[in-house]
This record gives sequence, C-alpha cells and structure tokens, in this order.
Amino acid sequence: MARAAVLGRLNWLIATVSAVRDETATARTIVLDVPGWPGHAAGQHVDVRLTAPDGYSAQRSYSIASAPAGSRLELTVQRLEDGEVSPYLAQILEVGYPLELRGPIGGWFVWDAAGLRPVLLVAGGSGIVPLMAMIRTRAAAGSQAPFRLVYSVRSPDTVIYSSELHERQARARAGDPDGVSVSYVYTRTAPPGSDVPPGRIGPDALAVAGWLPGQAPAVFVCGPTGYVEAAADILTRAGHDPGRIKTERFGPTGG
Amino acid sequence: MDYLDGNVLGGALGEVFAVDVTAAVGWCASCGTSGAIGQAHVYTDAPGLVARCPACGEVLLRLVRDDGRAWLDLRGISCLQLALPAGG
Repeated sequence: MARAAVLGRLNWLIATVSAVRDETATARTIVLDVPGWPGHAAGQHVDVRLTAPDGYSAQRSYSIASAPAGSRLELTVQRLEDGEVSPYLAQILEVGYPLELRGPIGGWFVWDAAGLRPVLLVAGGSGIVPLMAMIRTRAAAGSQAPFRLVYSVRSPDTVIYSSELHERQARARAGDPDGVSVSYVYTRTAPPGSDVPPGRIGPDALAVAGWLPGQAPAVFVCGPTGYVEAAADILTRAGHDPGRIKTERFGPTGG
Repeated sequence: MDYLDGNVLGGALGEVFAVDVTAAVGWCASCGTSGAIGQAHVYTDAPGLVARCPACGEVLLRLVRDDGRAWLDLRGISCLQLALPAGG
C-alpha cells in the first residue's frame, strides 16, 4: 500500500470559477482556480459547501476530473432535478463566482501514475468523472500502463467528454500507446446501426472489452450503487481478484 | 435503503485525523472481515454518517458532528491498520 501523505487538518479553501463548459444537456464542467491547492492524485474528490445568506449550508462530494495542474482544478457536475447543490453548480454558477471547497480527499480510490499494471475502468453515467482524471493523469505523466474503459450511458447524447474520449480511442486504434481503448454500453438507446441492443451491463461487455483475470488488471468501478454492485459482481464471477477491484458509489443523496 | 461507500467519509474523518483513513484497513469486530474503510457501506441519511461492514452488515463506525464538536464511535472496528507517513 502506498504510504499515506500527512494531510494535517483539512481546511476550507475559496476557489474562483475561471471557466464553465457544458458537457451534455445536464452535465457541466467547472474550471476553478484554487490558490493554495496542494495537488491531488487521480480519483480523489473534494467537498463543496454552499452557504445561504441565512447561514444554512449544504455540502456534497464531487470527483476531480482533471490531472494535477498547479492551482487549476476541474469538476464535472451532473445536475439532479431535485438536488440541493448540483442545480446551482450546473446552472447558476458563472465565471468569477467564488466556490468554497476542501480537499483533496480520499486515498483509496486512487490510481498511482507510477503503476505499470494494466487498468480496467468501468464507468456508469457520471461515474466517468474520477476515471477521466485517471485517463488524463496517465497522459500527463506519460504513463505506458495500458488502459481500457467500459462506459455505460443511457444514450449517445449523455456521453460526457465525448470528443476527448473519441480522440483517445482513435489513437488507440492507430496503435498509439497514448490512446485508450473505449467501449460503450447503451442502457436505453443505442446509436443507429449498433449491432448490440440497449441493455444493462453484462458479462459479455466486460469480457470483450476488459482484460482477462490472468492479466491481473487494477480495476476501478464508479457509478450509482446498483451499477457498481452489478459490475463488481460480474468481474468477481469472471475470476477477477476482489482485492484488485476498487469501487466508488454515488447515490441519490449526492444531489 | 441505498448506501454509498467509505470514500465519502474522507472529508469528515479528515477533520479529525491527520492521515487518510479511507485507505486504512479495518477489521470488523463482529465478523472479523478486513478491508479498506473506503469500501465500507456508508449510510448518509441519518443524523450522522454510519459505516457498515460490507460482509456482515454490522455497524463499523458512526460519526456525528454538530456545533463545533465530533462524536466518533469506533466500537465496530477491532483494529485499524494505517500507513504511516514516510519517515514516521
């Protein structure tokens, strides 16, 4: 196990929004400048706190989407209709606004950029966010660890980071070691011409696109609780060592 | 009832501990199963945070914070193995 960093006390920091970018109809990336940001590892998250003028405050955890880059930090937020925090972050927050956060948090669901072992990333919906941080960190670090991503989405228009993933996949197909193999599972609507009907993730999707258990990949699974349970169960049944499967769940309390 | 996992404890425990506890290995006092705290099942729709053993479902840890104080109940964990900072 990697040695833990001394965190000291976790302090709240004031970030400033430097850009916003729509990823899908309901997901938005917020680019932040965080003076005093100590850097982070791929897979870590931050706690974000909103405080109303009357003192009421609400706090949520959001995965970091970006590779470490000085004081620059990117979060991608999926808007939940009945959420308390995500509608503000995904719709109202504008460039120049302050945002209170603390982090980086978490030493378990983390990919070590020095690792050479093959990596299987399994994402459900906005569970792609911390896995995208791993993909971006791999590229930034010049890592040659082979990566494969299996990404479950409702329909083609809900793919977050669509063009960036497309570009990395094209590079993988061209034999460029910087590329990442990407395969999609469409749960409601498949793209025109798809030869696989829409449906939940199953053994075939992970067997075809993922690594064999004998290749001993490090596996990271992130998504809603039910998705994570299903994917981890399929992988364990297929012979992957549960000790190499790391999971991160997010749920309806996350809004 | 839906649950999250121990990764979500990182911020709240980071207010109490100087090392990251989500990567620590804990032994369940009830069934003896060991695993990273980050993989515990965590229920957040309570007055505090409740972490349960993914193997037997017993409570591992409860954390309640209010008014500048924290109450941490660790009786469901018989032992915690923490990585010490380099040089420690």
